[in-house]
Amino acid sequence: MGDSERRGQRFVALCVLGILLFNYPVLALFNVPGTLFGIPTLYAYIFIAWAALIGLMAANVETSR
Amino acid sequence: MLHGTVIILTAFAYLGLLFAIAYFADKRADAGRPVINNPYVYSLSLAVYATAWTFYGSVGRAASDGIGFLPIYIGPTLMIALWWVVMRKILRISKQNRITSLADFIASRYGKSALLGGIVTVIAVVGILPYISLQLKAISSSFSILVQYPEIVMPGNAEPQSMREDTALWVALILAAFTIAFGTRHLDAAEHHQGMVAAIAFESLVKLLAFMAVGVFVTFGIYNGFGDLFTRAAAHPKLRDLMTPLGGVAGGYASWVWLTILSMMAIMFLPRQFQVAVVENLDEKHLNKAIWLFPLYMLAINVFVLPLAFGGVMHFPDGRVDADTFVLTLPMAEKQEFLALLVFIGGLSAATGMVIVETIALSTMVCNDLVMPVLLRMRALRLNERRDLTGLLLGIRRGAIVLILLLGYLYFKLAGEAYALVSIGLISFAAVAQFAPVVLGGIFWKGGTRRGAIAGLIAGFAVWFYTLLLPALARSGWLPTGLLEHGPWGVELLKPLELFGLTGLDQITHAMIWSMIANIGCYLGVSLSASSSADEHRQASLFVDVFRHTGEAGGARFWRGTASVPELHNLLARFLGPGTAEAAFREYAEARGHRWPDDALAADAELVHYVEVQLAGAIGAASARVMVASVAKEEALTVDEVREVLDEASQVVVYSHRLEQKSHELEAATTELREANERLKELDRMKDDFVSTVSHELRTPLTSIRAFTEILLEDPKVELEQRRKFLGIITKEAERLTRLINQVLDLAKIESGNADWVESAVDMKEVISDTLAAMDQLFKEKKIEVRAQLPDRVSPVTSDLDRMIQVMLNLLSNAVKFCDAAAGRIEVALTERDGSVRVDVRDNGRGIDPENHEAIFSKFHQASDTLTGKPHGSGLGLHISRQIVEHFGGRMWVESRLGSGACLSFTLPTAGAT
Repeated sequence: MGDSERRGQRFVALCVLGILLFNYPVLALFNVPGTLFGIPTLYAYIFIAWAALIGLMAANVETSR
Repeated sequence: MLHGTVIILTAFAYLGLLFAIAYFADKRADAGRPVINNPYVYSLSLAVYATAWTFYGSVGRAASDGIGFLPIYIGPTLMIALWWVVMRKILRISKQNRITSLADFIASRYGKSALLGGIVTVIAVVGILPYISLQLKAISSSFSILVQYPEIVMPGNAEPQSMREDTALWVALILAAFTIAFGTRHLDAAEHHQGMVAAIAFESLVKLLAFMAVGVFVTFGIYNGFGDLFTRAAAHPKLRDLMTPLGGVAGGYASWVWLTILSMMAIMFLPRQFQVAVVENLDEKHLNKAIWLFPLYMLAINVFVLPLAFGGVMHFPDGRVDADTFVLTLPMAEKQEFLALLVFIGGLSAATGMVIVETIALSTMVCNDLVMPVLLRMRALRLNERRDLTGLLLGIRRGAIVLILLLGYLYFKLAGEAYALVSIGLISFAAVAQFAPVVLGGIFWKGGTRRGAIAGLIAGFAVWFYTLLLPALARSGWLPTGLLEHGPWGVELLKPLELFGLTGLDQITHAMIWSMIANIGCYLGVSLSASSSADEHRQASLFVDVFRHTGEAGGARFWRGTASVPELHNLLARFLGPGTAEAAFREYAEARGHRWPDDALAADAELVHYVEVQLAGAIGAASARVMVASVAKEEALTVDEVREVLDEASQVVVYSHRLEQKSHELEAATTELREANERLKELDRMKDDFVSTVSHELRTPLTSIRAFTEILLEDPKVELEQRRKFLGIITKEAERLTRLINQVLDLAKIESGNADWVESAVDMKEVISDTLAAMDQLFKEKKIEVRAQLPDRVSPVTSDLDRMIQVMLNLLSNAVKFCDAAAGRIEVALTERDGSVRVDVRDNGRGIDPENHEAIFSKFHQASDTLTGKPHGSGLGLHISRQIVEHFGGRMWVESRLGSGACLSFTLPTAGAT
């Protein structure tokens, strides 16, 4: 139960992190002209941050301890 | 060439394939080898979230808003991060209570209220209608576009259709037939539709692949990759602003935030999501993989949305082509027949998947929470006397499916044409978001009451209806538009789109703000002001503390009354069919070690609760309660009694915790006692051994002293020479006796801790030299050659000088005793290393068997001469020496092999090192 609880708390932290990443003002920092790898900055940022968040969620479930 | 017939045949072949998959999965499930019992199918079935809205609508939204379509997928990702906490709880509650729908869940939580279940059902059906109409619109318009191939004609601009050519109606009817075949083949007590889930998972794969295929084709086929596409889009006048879309477009950040919140609610409370995530879930553990696989699916299906949207805008610059159709029209414009057909099938997958699961979920709600409670209350129908009601239940569900799809079609005809796909879907999202306060509040807050839930739902739904549905109908021309422009009866403050003068927001944000204020406000306000019934107390506790009340029997504690087994059995048989009822009773009996129907079961609270839960799976919690009450006489519990039971339960938990702790402590104490006892026994045995050995040792010299003195006493004629010899033996034996007694006393003192230690800095080199000098005479007598290797100087050790001399004497006399009789040689070495001084005493005797290396240090161990059997010493010397060395923090050991002498060594830490 202890392990499950800790994972639960990490997930809540990840949710809070996600809310920060996909919200004003962080989003506004990337809402600027220009490109990243040939892709408009905002679009590139959102997809990279999104993928990273999913990666962290996977790590939280799949790694033991 | 794509002829209409080809398209229709392909579509039917695809639906046939789906049906085959479902049939196969159902057969496997019946055989006990389910194909869907793994986390991957579960994750894919969750992807029923991606509908025609995602498939066609996202691109349409992206073409006008840029990033505006994404909150719909980022919101669920954020929500799913909370699933570990929230969804696991909902899953556990639902499994324990056999929850079969969202309406059932809410009704069950608030005291199994039939009224509440009915309200939830109505909200869900009305709220979801726009969403279903969206799917019908997508299928029919994608069909009518594809059938015009190679021309690209928008459906609105085509000739008006006759009834026979009204594709949306045909689609609705075909889907109804298909859903009936899928979802209501038979009645399952747990509402599992394994075949349907398998088909949905397959559809999720198809739509993902189709969308990716067209995305890759546009990005890399028409354009040269992402970089090229975005560079050209940035130069396009219509798209330039979409490169930094937030801040200006469509409400900017406020809209973004509200869409995120809205979709967070939708992923939990859309009836079809609840169906696949909760009702169809076979194993809680599947959630672990789904938590990241499902967000990954959403990420994958969104990667190509922007390229498709921008590609479409650049490809059809005149704006005659609806952006919602870019996914289909782009491959058509490039003359990719096969790809266009694949896209059509992908869109069909997305739309049919949604319609099938949604209508099954809604039909279960309509049947269990709307129709059955009413029918069961109408005494005129005499339902209580019908033998088998399974046919009736299935009939109601089938009727509900047809009705829901026809209503969806009606909405499409009434309001569907005026809105883009995404806007239609968002209206439904806002409706199901009304469930969030009562569900989330219900599983984490015991204070929420039935009246509060009813008030909150009705208030939220009313505001939703007024601010979203009414304007949708008005814009389509079914209500006067003056309502929107001037408010009802000309009251400006009540304008549906600017309620109480709130302006500057987009429609969804505006509606969400007001409906949530009304919903949460009424839910909290009414809950806090009114008292609740016993049923509500019980259910609140069972839901909120679900992880504490384990097992289905959790609810049985609250039931008091009388019932009879045959009546309960009959009741179950009427609703589930005789076979299922029989199986359920057998399972119950076997779990308790009885055999059904041979053994008599007790019609106790547990059985009554079991029957109610089984029944709830088929007809919903509220109806099940009514039906069980009709055959069992229940004594109503008062609120105080429920509270008492709850208190008892929590006290029992506390007690059992304490008991467990106590028993752990007891166990530990017992182990300690047992160990102490063992030690005592061992000591006792050692003491006995010691006493008997010591007496034996004392008797030996005494016997010989006595024997010789007696000879001398009785025979005065013994010769002088003989006499001298006898007296010599007597002296030697007496000396031995004295030595032995001294050593025993010494040992007793050391072991009891009463020895007098005089500590000082001792130079081991001096000790060794002195001892060797003292024993010089002995060595000479025995003709033993002694070699000493002593360094010039060693660090002093903290020790007792006399004791050290005693140790050296012991070791050396030991060596003398055992070294070679003819050519004895003893080597003494003193070395210093790593903060300790080491002394080695080596003899050249016959050596010691490795087995005995430890034994020689034990009390009274005597290496007896195998020839004479006479012991060589007291057997205490080495033991005492080791005790002394260890007292000063050192170590003593022996290294030897039989036949090559022995080396006794010890170390002592130097004075500086300790």
